[in-house]
Amino acid sequence: MSLLIGSLTIGLILSLLAYGILISFRVVAFEDLTVDGSLALGGATTASLIVGGVHPVLATLAGAAAGATAGAVTATLHTRFDINRLLSGILVMTALYSVNLRIMGKSNIPLLTQRTVMDYADGLATFLFGDRSMLHVASWQASSRDVASLLLMLVVSSGVGLALFAFFRTNFGLALQAIGDNTRMTRALGINVEFMTTFALFLGNGLIGMAGALLAQYQGFADVQMGIGMLVWGVASVILGESLVGTKKIGYLIAGAVMGSVLFRLLVAIALRWGLNPNDLKLITAAFVFAALVLPKMLTRFPALNSFVQRTVGVLRKEPADA
Amino acid sequence: MLNLTGLRKTFFAGTPNEVRALQGVDLNIEAGSFVCVIGTNGSGKSTLLNSVAGAFYVDDGQIQLDGKDITRWPEHRRAKLIGRVFQDPFSGTAPSMTIAENLALASSRGRRRGLSLALKGARHGELRDRVAAMGLNLEDRLDNPIGTLSGGQRQSLTLLMAGLLRPSLLLLDEHTAALDPRSADQVIRLTQEFINRDKLTTLMVTHSMQQAASLGDRVIMMDRGRIIHDISGVEKDRLRPEDLLARFDDVRRANQLDESAAEMLRAQYV
Ligand SMILES: Nc1ncnc2c1ncn2[C@@H]1O[C@H](COP(=O)(O)OP(=O)(O)OP(=O)(O)O)[C@@H](O)[C@H]1O
Ligand SMILES: [Mg+2]
Repeated sequence: MSLLIGSLTIGLILSLLAYGILISFRVVAFEDLTVDGSLALGGATTASLIVGGVHPVLATLAGAAAGATAGAVTATLHTRFDINRLLSGILVMTALYSVNLRIMGKSNIPLLTQRTVMDYADGLATFLFGDRSMLHVASWQASSRDVASLLLMLVVSSGVGLALFAFFRTNFGLALQAIGDNTRMTRALGINVEFMTTFALFLGNGLIGMAGALLAQYQGFADVQMGIGMLVWGVASVILGESLVGTKKIGYLIAGAVMGSVLFRLLVAIALRWGLNPNDLKLITAAFVFAALVLPKMLTRFPALNSFVQRTVGVLRKEPADA
Repeated sequence: MLNLTGLRKTFFAGTPNEVRALQGVDLNIEAGSFVCVIGTNGSGKSTLLNSVAGAFYVDDGQIQLDGKDITRWPEHRRAKLIGRVFQDPFSGTAPSMTIAENLALASSRGRRRGLSLALKGARHGELRDRVAAMGLNLEDRLDNPIGTLSGGQRQSLTLLMAGLLRPSLLLLDEHTAALDPRSADQVIRLTQEFINRDKLTTLMVTHSMQQAASLGDRVIMMDRGRIIHDISGVEKDRLRPEDLLARFDDVRRANQLDESAAEMLRAQYV
């Protein structure tokens, strides 16, 4: 049970990562490879500040700000210096590895004895469940702290998701969406594509930095390696989410990102439970993304199989009427 | 209104692929004038419109619009003054966004885009009225993705978007060329309607001599990066498509002569 709750909680924390990737890869169609670096940067910054005595909420926000700055640097390399998008991201990601080591002063900072945002989960647990440390729901047992952590992250994830949804309905947010959809038109309508792209990467990597900050506090340490593979992980969540909601409307995509992130984390937990070697995890994740990208195209070559799959998928997801 | 002086643009300068797309274009257009631009393929019509719109900077010359020197303005800044419709009906709209969202984007063309709600109830109604006025029966589909519409419908909406905030200059680059004849007629009808209603200053590139003869109050003909004919006033009023075709034949003959002369020179001296 605690395994299930733990997976859900990490899935919700990483939904911030999925939001970030949704914004850069989908909304403004920028293949941003900063991710692995900015997630670890968020964790490193927050952990160092917490150890230095800074309030955990402030430290978390600082982690987000650090990630955002990294994203803005990547965008600037591309828009001001005409460096290819992929290379811009790779440059920043590579540089961040050293930066993160500098910030932390070593490769790992333990947080178990520190005051972190997870302490709010303890407060919440006491508030909700009194002094019961174990909860019994039907035949399940769960520690009240775990449940409170899950609820806390649910609040954070859905709060950020709703804020993003509201943002994308403003004039500014609408302009941002148009960039990934039709860049030529956005210029003709007077939208400064370079500025908006920079903003999108700023926002996206800010969320990713925040995911790193929360992850470090939840797992009890920040590590210079904690970002490795996170880009592919996030992409997998976004793709999974897209196939769940089956439309390109931004509200659905945001909801899809959360669902994809949580579902993907659950699938991984189940696979590990069944004896998957954790060392193979990144290989499997990459293979999953590959399959998700290639299978739909391959399917169209085999009409019979395709229609079978479409029908199956159609049952799984009810198509929104107007999509 | 629009004053172009000595515009020059060379692509791939200094390479074997060098193209001198504009070779000194001077053009003055008065406010409210509707100018058709014709010319053979590669004569520089699109390059002319693109340099005014700011898709790239010209190598030499000056562009003045509305009394402002916009020669060095970036494209997004010029969009405040200029509305555009492209040849490709898919270029002018964002396919996965709804009709209403596309119109909302256009209704703050060149303005600051803040954090106020893009599609408030009142604005939605206003946009609906504008769409209904086009008579295309699209007003009940405002919340459908624009990518689900036909090329003609999308091009009509692009036109509406370009004119939504009355632009100082409207640039149309063969905006009916990719449409079937019926849709093309419809888009031309709307074009005329919008231009007449708002007295829009317009530059329209077309390959249809019919359109060039019947629409607007002035025709300019381009050849090899220059304006070679400029027809307005009574002469334009009397202009028939055949007259324009005759001028095209002249150009073609002259170009052939040039080519055969160049060939002769090459044979003799190289
Ligand atoms: N962005 C560009 N980059 C490189 N070359 C260009 C570019 N735009 C135009 N050209 C070249 O400049 C020349 C003039 O092209 P332009 O598109 O202006 O012609 P046009 O009169 O619009 O022709 P058409 O009737 O075929 O549309 C052509 O040789 C074209 O290849
Ligand atoms: Mg052209």
